[in-house]
Amino acid sequence: MSLHPETKAEYVQHHLKHLTLDLHNMSINPHAGFWAVNLDTLIVSLVLGFGFLWLLWRVAKKATPGVPSRGQAFCELLLEFIDDQVHEIFHLRSKFIGSLALTIFVWVFLMNFMDLLPVDLFPLILGHAGVPYLRMVPTADVNMTFGLSVGVFVLMFGYMFVGKGFKGIAKEFVTTPFAVSNPIAKVIVAPLNLVLKTVEECVKPVSLSLRLYGNLYAGELIFILIALLPWWAQWPFGGAWAIFHILIITIQAFIFMMLSVVYLSMAYHEH
Amino acid sequence: MNINLTLFGEMITFLIFAVFTMKFVWPLLLKAIDERREKIADGIAAAERSQKELAQTEQLVAKQLRESKEHAQTILEQAEKRATQIIEEARVQAKEESQRIIGGAQAEIEREVEASKQVLRAKVATLAVAGAEKLIKAHIDADKNKQLLDSLAEEI
Repeated sequence: MSLHPETKAEYVQHHLKHLTLDLHNMSINPHAGFWAVNLDTLIVSLVLGFGFLWLLWRVAKKATPGVPSRGQAFCELLLEFIDDQVHEIFHLRSKFIGSLALTIFVWVFLMNFMDLLPVDLFPLILGHAGVPYLRMVPTADVNMTFGLSVGVFVLMFGYMFVGKGFKGIAKEFVTTPFAVSNPIAKVIVAPLNLVLKTVEECVKPVSLSLRLYGNLYAGELIFILIALLPWWAQWPFGGAWAIFHILIITIQAFIFMMLSVVYLSMAYHEH
Repeated sequence: MNINLTLFGEMITFLIFAVFTMKFVWPLLLKAIDERREKIADGIAAAERSQKELAQTEQLVAKQLRESKEHAQTILEQAEKRATQIIEEARVQAKEESQRIIGGAQAEIEREVEASKQVLRAKVATLAVAGAEKLIKAHIDADKNKQLLDSLAEEI
């Protein structure tokens, strides 16, 4: 696509706008404030989420201890892989943590995978149907990644209370990261610890979500930029970046899952 | 980077998905996996057991085979010994028998010879007598007799 520089800028900016529904006046407005929902993020993530849950549920319903079907074998492979990782970190077989990790890994992977679809395909098709803006990658939306990481954050506090109790949490917040044995020194470092520990805990969901968001946003942006190249230069760059991106989306999904489990484990266990 | 209500929507969706997975996916698949693991473990144990049994049976068979071979060997040896013995016995018996036969025959021959001698002796006597008779008859010459009788008469 050889466009005029101004049109190029418009093209990029257009591709970076969400299909945002402003809840004040129920109209599409990409610049809406807090009381709005990104319909594209919501719909794509829900479709993918229900899609994979339906597939997994269908396989699980028919799961047999005998010779498994290929679908079952694949799902079992995935489940065992995740179960092993979780067990290694969490040291106890937790059904919920495992399910959480499985959900995160598969869902995030699928949402990341939307980045590999041709960047103009769905906006073009749905543009004809009257959809003015569309971003196909939910994980390149900061709302999505924060939704996930805040969910994990909430669970972290839940596990903290279950694992350590209120006293345990209070103790941990004033005795770490600086651990001293002198009683007077303890009193001195306690406020410092409280501040640092609070920052440490609050940074966890932020780093978790921004890592995923940053990777996917950058990936999407590069695809958009590649789409601006002349047609003959698009496929080598696009191809190379897509192949490299397969690695990135898998790794990012894996990292998000692993870190979530690690955070939950740290919240639950004394250390 | 606009934060809006999508965040909470996604957060709630995420937790619902996780709970759904926990209720309807994870336990079913895990159950299938665990049951299969058990089956496989049982299968492996059974295979090991039968392998052990097979080894034992093989040992038993080998032992029995060895024993029967040894037994057969002893039987063979005994049979050979017995055969030689029988042959030896037969030989001795045959020798004895032949000697007995030979002895009998010799005795018979001797007896026959003796009998023949007897017969011959008797025949010789008769023949001698007959011969003598014939001789005497042939030699009865009147002249000679006369001369003899004469000379006898003279001497008287």
